[in-house]
Amino acid sequence: MENREFFYRRLHSLLGVVPIGIFLIQHLVVNHFAVYGAESFNKAAQFMHDLPFRLMLEIFIIFLPILFHAVLGVYIVFVAKNNTRRYGYFRNWMFFLQRITGIITLVFIVWHVWETRVQIGMGTEELDYSLMENILANPVMFWFYVLGVVSTTFHFANGLWSFLVSWGVTVTPRSQKIATYATLLIFLAVTYIGVRALFAFV
Amino acid sequence: MAQETLTMIVTRQDSPDSPPYEETFKVKYRKNMNIISALMETQQNPVNAEGKNVAPVQWESNCLEEVCGACSMVINGEPRQACSTLVDKLEQPIRVAPMSTFPVERDLVVDRSRMFDSLKKVKAWIPIDGTHDLGPGPRMPEKKRQWAYELSKCMTCGVCLEACPNVNSKSDFIGPAALSQVRLFNAHPTGEMNKSERLEGLMEDGGITGCGNSQNCVQVCPKGIPLTTSIAALNRDTNIQSFKNFFGSDHAY
Repeated sequence: MENREFFYRRLHSLLGVVPIGIFLIQHLVVNHFAVYGAESFNKAAQFMHDLPFRLMLEIFIIFLPILFHAVLGVYIVFVAKNNTRRYGYFRNWMFFLQRITGIITLVFIVWHVWETRVQIGMGTEELDYSLMENILANPVMFWFYVLGVVSTTFHFANGLWSFLVSWGVTVTPRSQKIATYATLLIFLAVTYIGVRALFAFV
Repeated sequence: MAQETLTMIVTRQDSPDSPPYEETFKVKYRKNMNIISALMETQQNPVNAEGKNVAPVQWESNCLEEVCGACSMVINGEPRQACSTLVDKLEQPIRVAPMSTFPVERDLVVDRSRMFDSLKKVKAWIPIDGTHDLGPGPRMPEKKRQWAYELSKCMTCGVCLEACPNVNSKSDFIGPAALSQVRLFNAHPTGEMNKSERLEGLMEDGGITGCGNSQNCVQVCPKGIPLTTSIAALNRDTNIQSFKNFFGSDHAY
C-alpha cells in the first residue's frame, strides 16, 4: 500500500523495544536461574510454562511482533548500501553493525526456536535444564549461542538508541551522545546476564 | 617552492549512458590553486598525460565561494566542493570523480534534479501569495532565528546524499537536505502556518523513515548544518503530526 511506510517503520521501531526488548530481558533473566543450579532453572522455566494464556502471550507478545520486525528488518538491510570503508565514522559503523547483527540474530532465533520451542511443542523434547545442557555440550553450538546472544543484545541496545532518535526523544547531539553511553551500559549489563546463563550450562 | 606540475586523475564519462574511464592530466602548478583552477588548466590545455589531445573535462561551478553547491565532486574519495578544496592540502595524485549517487551527465557534471524534486515534494517554501496585501508577518524570536539561519545555509550541493548509505538506487529516500529544509520553513513564523503540509510530505514513502541514523550527513556537510538534529526534531514533529491526524486535533494545521 502507498504511504504506509511511515506507519510500518514506526511500528518496527516500537515493536523492537515493546514488547520484543522487554521479552528479551525477561527471557535472559529467567535463563539466569541456571546459574543457581538445575533445580532453580527448572522451577523458573516451569513457572513461565504454566503462565495462564501462555499460547496467546507467546503469539501476541513474542511471535507476531518478532515476525513483523524480522520481515521489515530484512527489507531495511536490503535497501542500505553500506559505506563504512569510505566513511568510517562511529555512527556509520553502528548503522552497519545494526544490520549485520539483525541478520545474525534472525538466523540464531530461527535455529533456537526450532530446537527448543518447536521441539517441545511437537513433544520430542522436554522443557528442562537438560535440554539446554545437551545443546550447549557441543562446543560449536555453545559458541553459536554466545554469538547469537551477544548479537541479539547488541541489536537491542543499539536499536534502543535509534528508537530514542526515531521517536524524537533525543534531539540534541549531546542527548544522543549520552544515550550512546547509556545504551552501551545496557548492552554490557544485558550481555552479562545472557552469557553468564550460557556458561552455567557447561 | 612546491613541485612544478601536479598529477590529476579524472574519472570521465562521455555521455549519460557510456562507461566511465579514468584519464590522467599533468597540470602546471600555481600557488593557492583549488580544484576548479586545476580543472581550468585541463580545459585550457586539453592534453592528457600521454600527450594526446582529448575533449576538455566538463564540470559545473558558479559562485566559487562555497555557497552555490554546483561544484560538488568526489576528491580523493571525499565528496566536497571543488572551489573550496585547495590543491596544497591534498595528497597526490589527486583523484577527481563525479558523485556516485546522482546520474552522470558528462565527466564531472551530475544531474541533481532529484534534490529539487524532493524540495517540491516537502513544499520547502513559504506561500505568501494572495489576492490582497496581508501586511507584515509575525515576528521571529532572535534565538530561533539564529539556529534557523544555520539551516538556511543549505546549498543543495548533494554531498549529504552522496555519503548517506540509505540514498541509493534501491531506496527512494529523499535524503537529509530536504528534511532539514522542512525544519527551516516550519521554524519560520509564517511558514509554520503550513507546517502540517510539509510534515505530511515527510510522512510519505521515501520520507523521513528512510533515515537509518548512520549520521554520515552531518559529518560531511560542507556548511556544518546540524542535519541529524533536524532529522531527530522532525521525527518528533512527524510522530506528533501522525497522532494528531489519527486521533484528531484542532491544532493539526
